[in-house]
Amino acid sequence: MKTPYDIELNNVSFQYDHNVVLKNISLQVKQGDFLAVLGPNGSGKSTLLKIILGLLKPTSGTIELFGEKSRDFKKREWLGYVSQKSNAFNTGFPATVYEVVQSGLVKKTGLFKNYPNDSHQRVEKALNSVGMIDFMNQSIGELSGGQQQRVFIARALVAEPKCLILDEPTVGIDHQHVQSFYNMLAELNREQNLTLILVTHDVDTVSSKISHVACLNQTIHFHGFKNEFNQLSDVDRQAWYGHSVRKIHHAKSGGTR
Amino acid sequence: MIEALLNYEFLQNAFASGIIIGLIAPLLGVFIVVRRLSLIADALSHVTLAGIAGSLYLSQTTAVFALLNPLYLGIVAAVTGSVLIERLRRLYKHYEELAIPIIMSAGIGFSAIFISLANGFSSDLFGYLFGSVSAVSRQDLWIVLSIACIVVIFLGLFYKELFLMSFDEEYSKASGLPSRWIHLLFMIVTALVIAASMRIVGILLVSSLMTLPVAASMRMAKGFKQAILYAVIFGEAAVIIGLVCAFYLNIAPGGTIVVTSIIILLLVIFGKKIWLTFVTRDERGRLA
Repeated sequence: MKTPYDIELNNVSFQYDHNVVLKNISLQVKQGDFLAVLGPNGSGKSTLLKIILGLLKPTSGTIELFGEKSRDFKKREWLGYVSQKSNAFNTGFPATVYEVVQSGLVKKTGLFKNYPNDSHQRVEKALNSVGMIDFMNQSIGELSGGQQQRVFIARALVAEPKCLILDEPTVGIDHQHVQSFYNMLAELNREQNLTLILVTHDVDTVSSKISHVACLNQTIHFHGFKNEFNQLSDVDRQAWYGHSVRKIHHAKSGGTR
Repeated sequence: MIEALLNYEFLQNAFASGIIIGLIAPLLGVFIVVRRLSLIADALSHVTLAGIAGSLYLSQTTAVFALLNPLYLGIVAAVTGSVLIERLRRLYKHYEELAIPIIMSAGIGFSAIFISLANGFSSDLFGYLFGSVSAVSRQDLWIVLSIACIVVIFLGLFYKELFLMSFDEEYSKASGLPSRWIHLLFMIVTALVIAASMRIVGILLVSSLMTLPVAASMRMAKGFKQAILYAVIFGEAAVIIGLVCAFYLNIAPGGTIVVTSIIILLLVIFGKKIWLTFVTRDERGRLA
């Protein structure tokens, strides 16, 4: 039997009142893919992620997660989610980094149960993988934006997801830390074969790390390998984005721009 | 004081209830504050007043109600209010806070009607408004104790879910938590705690026992569990000191408890300021 896609959308449309946000989106993401979703503001990128996560219900179309219909899919912990830092939480919240990461285990643990005995090791492992173990007992509000975002990745990783979904995770992070943030993502993708779906504007920074590109503006204008994206004509790209978009450079060859 | 406590049942009732409330009100209060629901607690307390006033009025006119502890109707009103607030919050999705003045004014409106019908303020009613050392019956104590058990069981079962929902609502939804149900239960438990605390601190000051100790603890705590611990310590200190003062000075305990909480809060705020100046001066010294 063919291994199912991690995520498969068939003809998904979404309407808010009478505004069409997404139209006939079909998209497949398989295990180990690193997909960048690009698109202008208001193109429906965040909505697409929310539909995949089950936060919004599509007006029409079907979504399959790991081979199961989305509404029957119970293993929500397989999908990790990292939202834009700015709207994620209130910085005055009294919580330690440890407590925040541990809360990523809530769904996996299940209702009416205490965190499992090995939760401490899991939290440490997750914090280690994002390089934040030394901050374990600090208050989350004391950290910088980039550090907080790493903690949120650790919170998503602690439940050992198969796919990590990130919605513009570098918004509000110092430019100098963005590169190391993406390096960390690439490492997780490479070493743990973690599927990544990333909505971003940092096309240049992230381009050497990703495997696939999806261009979204209400509908999918392009979806495929990164090198295929680069072969698109400028006319095609302008038609999608509304203005010209640079080519994405390659990881190994150093890049054509 | 100790002798009086040993000899008088009413004092035992008041102190036992006070100590229980000093635990559960700040315990739940931490979640109320971080979830930005402090004003809802206030609205619910006024709804509780409507229930109490209604019961006091009915006790004058109907024989059945004369025997009924007014707390019961207060609890019913508070729980109904909590469910209605949730309905309204969903109805006015973009103006959620509208639910608070609607429910609050409804509570005060009904209270005013029932109080007038019952021919104005009685000493009973005064006790419900500002708390009382002498009016807590054994039956009240049992009600408070039962509510405390419900609170502790509820928080024991849903601690991790409530933490996640408070910290990051969207993430909790993405994790597929039944947040709506948990939230509704949370509001009902809040209503119960408000009804329970009323006997000691009074309706008008109930929400302060849920928020002031938390406000102080949040200035000090690094983590959530720490915030809970400090809030409970401050809450207990305020209740015990407040009750002792109320007993000696013959004042309504609601006032003394709240004023003690405020003094604790001020001490924490200024204490932290002073501490921070010393720490930064130290650090500057080390750097120089």
